[in-house]
Formats: sequence, structure tokens, C-alpha cells
Amino acid sequence: MADTTDQIPERIPINLVVNGARRTLEIAPWTTLLDALRDRLELTGTKKGCDHGQCGACTVLVDGRRINSCLTLAIMKDGAEITTIEGLAANGALHPLQQAFVDHDAFQCGYCTPGQICSAAGLLAEGRARDADEIRELMSGNLCRCGAYPNIVAAIEQVMGRS
Amino acid sequence: MNNFQYSRASDVADAIRLLAADPSAKLIAGGTNLIDLMKENVERPSRLVDISRLPLRDIEETADGGLRIGALVPNSDLAYHPLIEQRYPLLASAILAGASAQLRNMASVGGNLMQRTRCAYFYDTATPCNKRSPGTGCSALDGLNRNHAILGTSRSCIATNPSDMSVALAALGALVHTAGTTGQRTIALTDFHRLPDDKPHVDTNLGSGEIITAIELPPHGFARNYSYLKVRDRLSYAFALVSVAAALELEGNAIGEARLALGGVAHKPWRNLDAEAALRGQAATPDHFGRAADLLLQGATARSQNGFKIELARRAVVRTLMQAANATPQSQAHKKIA
Repeated sequence: MADTTDQIPERIPINLVVNGARRTLEIAPWTTLLDALRDRLELTGTKKGCDHGQCGACTVLVDGRRINSCLTLAIMKDGAEITTIEGLAANGALHPLQQAFVDHDAFQCGYCTPGQICSAAGLLAEGRARDADEIRELMSGNLCRCGAYPNIVAAIEQVMGRS
Repeated sequence: MNNFQYSRASDVADAIRLLAADPSAKLIAGGTNLIDLMKENVERPSRLVDISRLPLRDIEETADGGLRIGALVPNSDLAYHPLIEQRYPLLASAILAGASAQLRNMASVGGNLMQRTRCAYFYDTATPCNKRSPGTGCSALDGLNRNHAILGTSRSCIATNPSDMSVALAALGALVHTAGTTGQRTIALTDFHRLPDDKPHVDTNLGSGEIITAIELPPHGFARNYSYLKVRDRLSYAFALVSVAAALELEGNAIGEARLALGGVAHKPWRNLDAEAALRGQAATPDHFGRAADLLLQGATARSQNGFKIELARRAVVRTLMQAANATPQSQAHKKIA
């Protein structure tokens, strides 16, 4: 990309592949990926909690890796593949993590849940957690103020046991 | 967040040129700290130079048996790299003690070295802070200073460096490779960060228009006797009150080389070669470790709320050295302190 000119541009075209679909949008450089997903692509499953990388509610997968979308500029992810909570279910069936969260009642208010599930999907792909302590540690970037942690850990353990 | 120009650097030279051309420009890689600071209006760059696509992601063996780590290697990739796990487990452990899995996936190695203090006054633009606004004063001196520094402080600033990774890198004797308008150079990690003195707004000795290209680890990784112990207010995802990186060379119970670095207590990772020298040739016992801790903490001073850190650090040093000597390094997942 060429340098931007002295006039600060507010509409720079970028391409994202979001939940398998190619999306082109024009954004200002200071638009976070979180705001682009929610406000521009109307994918409001991804939640804005603290907006400072401290709560994990905004967790999405970028090129298969879990990240905080609130601390990511959309323009920097031009060309990337993004998976949000809306993209996890396939062919009308819930993702195994979604089903496990239902099975274990792993939420109360549900606000942190999309971030928890996307984070857990990243954790499973990483393959580093082997027991409940390691799940807890590697999920510590996702806060649940209702305190559903024991059931969240149980839901993830259930899916790990199956995979 | 302020409006800014955005440029994607095509190579390292382009990044240096863009940075040198605009004193208010900032590099961005992972963005985990910079975007946060921009949202708080602490950082207001005129231009962001995106270096995230530059080819600085390799981990290569050096001719002398060490490792050269590209500045853009994500923290998580570094911690889980087989050569780091095998040869430099102290570094892997320190990285995994910091932040969250999501942040470690985003944050780069170079960015980790450049992250700024989490002092609440630095973040709060309504309060005086010499680091954020030079000459306005330090609100922490007589304010909320429970988390603040006990070593190497000045009248201008008592902020701490928040990095875990840097503490292990300091203990391991890592080098920082840079490139800038005047060419390339190498800086010892222990000389990379500054003490606050009367210029707390300057965190590091990196020049303007200079960028980190790689971190180099010397061959000796202390893979047998090491530990990284981080003491904090909650068991995960919190900054250190005190952290200790300890590494020993042992023959039987006799100490050969010893390395010790503290985090959470100063404006930079804290090492004191006298403390390490005092361990050489000694038996690995709590008494000798206590003496080394006293030397390491020589000159420690407290403000109104952080006096507990001095004794906490002393005990943490002894405990971490015992863990290292016993080859029972602190687990970052199973939290019981052995």
C-alpha cells in the first residue's frame, strides 16, 4: 500500500474473509476489528466488554488464532480470515463447544459467552491444555462476571475428551 | 483514539525512513499496548507505521550455538518453540506467566520490550505524570504506589517495567539487535531499558528512527536448573508485584554460574552482578540464597504503600533459587508454589 497522503483518509478499502465470506469495506485507519465487525458488518455476536484487552469478550479467530479484536486495527488485518461466533456452527448444527456450553449450563447472562467459545476454539486448536488447571490458565484471558467458570471448564473438558 | 496516517512499511529500511521522517510517528506490530494507550489518549501518534508484515519472524541458530529471534515472532510462538522449550525453558516460562493466550498470540517480541508501564497515573491523563507529560510531577510518589518500584527510582518517577519476558532475557544475557538511520547495532538487554533519573519519559536507549530487528540468546540456556516465579494479586492474567528469574549451574550442590533478575520492582529488569558473584562457588542453601537476595535488594527503598515488596522480593528470590537448585521450576499452570 502506498503511503497515505497528508490529508488523513477516512475511507480505505480492505478485504476480509469473514466466516468464509469475502467482505470488502472502506474504513478509517483507527477502526478496530471489533468495531468493523459489529458496526460495519453487523456481526454483533462479538461483544465489546472492556474495550482494553482485559476481559476477552471480543475474542475472535484471525487466521485460526484467537486474539482480542478490540486491540486490533481492522486495516492491519487486510486479507485475513476472521471467524466469529456466528461462523462456528456448520450446516445448521451447533459447534461442539456451543453444544457443550449448553449441556453444562456454562453461562448465566451470556455476555462473555461468544468470547469464551471463540477462545476455547483457539485453545483446542493450540493443543496445549491437557487438564483442568491448564484449561483455567489458558482461558484466563476471558472473564465471566457471573462466575460460570466451573461449568465453562467442564464444557471445554467435554469437547477435549471427544476430540 | 486520535486520527492518524497509516503506512504499511515495505521493508526495514522503509520503516526506518517513515519513522525518521516524522518524530510523532510510531511503529505498530501486535498493537496490544499501543492501541490501548491510544484509546486512553496517552499516545497520540500522527502516523502509524505498520511493520507487522515485515519478514522478521524467523528463529534461527547462530554460529556460536545461540538463537536469533526475529523481532516480530509472536510471544506465544516463541514460548512454544521447541528450541526455546528445550534450551531456554526459563524464557518460555516467563513468557507464559504474562498476559493471556490471546494477547500472547498478538504481541511481538520487539513490542514486548517496548511496552510501557501500567502505572495508573501514566494512564490517567487528568493527573500529573512525568513519564507522560514531562515536568508535570509524579502523582505516585505520595499517591497509590502499592505496585510501584523499590529499586532504581528517582524523584521524577517510581514506575515499573511490566514485562515478564524481559526479566528472563536479562537473566539469560540476551542481546537486542537494532537498525536505524546510522546503521545496525547491538545492545545488551540489560542496557536496553533505562532507569527513570530525570527523564522518565524515555523508557529505553533506542534512538529515534531506530527499530528492533531481533533478539539474540547466548548459547547457555540454563535448561536444567532454572525457575520463574511471579507473585501477583490474582493467580493469572495480572502484572507482577514481584517476579524472579533464577538460573544456576550446579555441580553436585556447588554453584557454578548464577543468574538472577527481578521484575515488578524497577523501571527495568533488575540485575546485580555482585549478588550473582556471591553465589559462585557456594553451596546451594537457603542461607547463601538469602545473602544473594540481600545483595540484589541493596538500596531498596519504599514509598507509603509498597514497603511489603522488599521482604516479598527477598523471600521470592530465596524460593525461586531453591526451585532452580531442586530442578523443580515453578509451573505457570499448576499454581502451588513448591
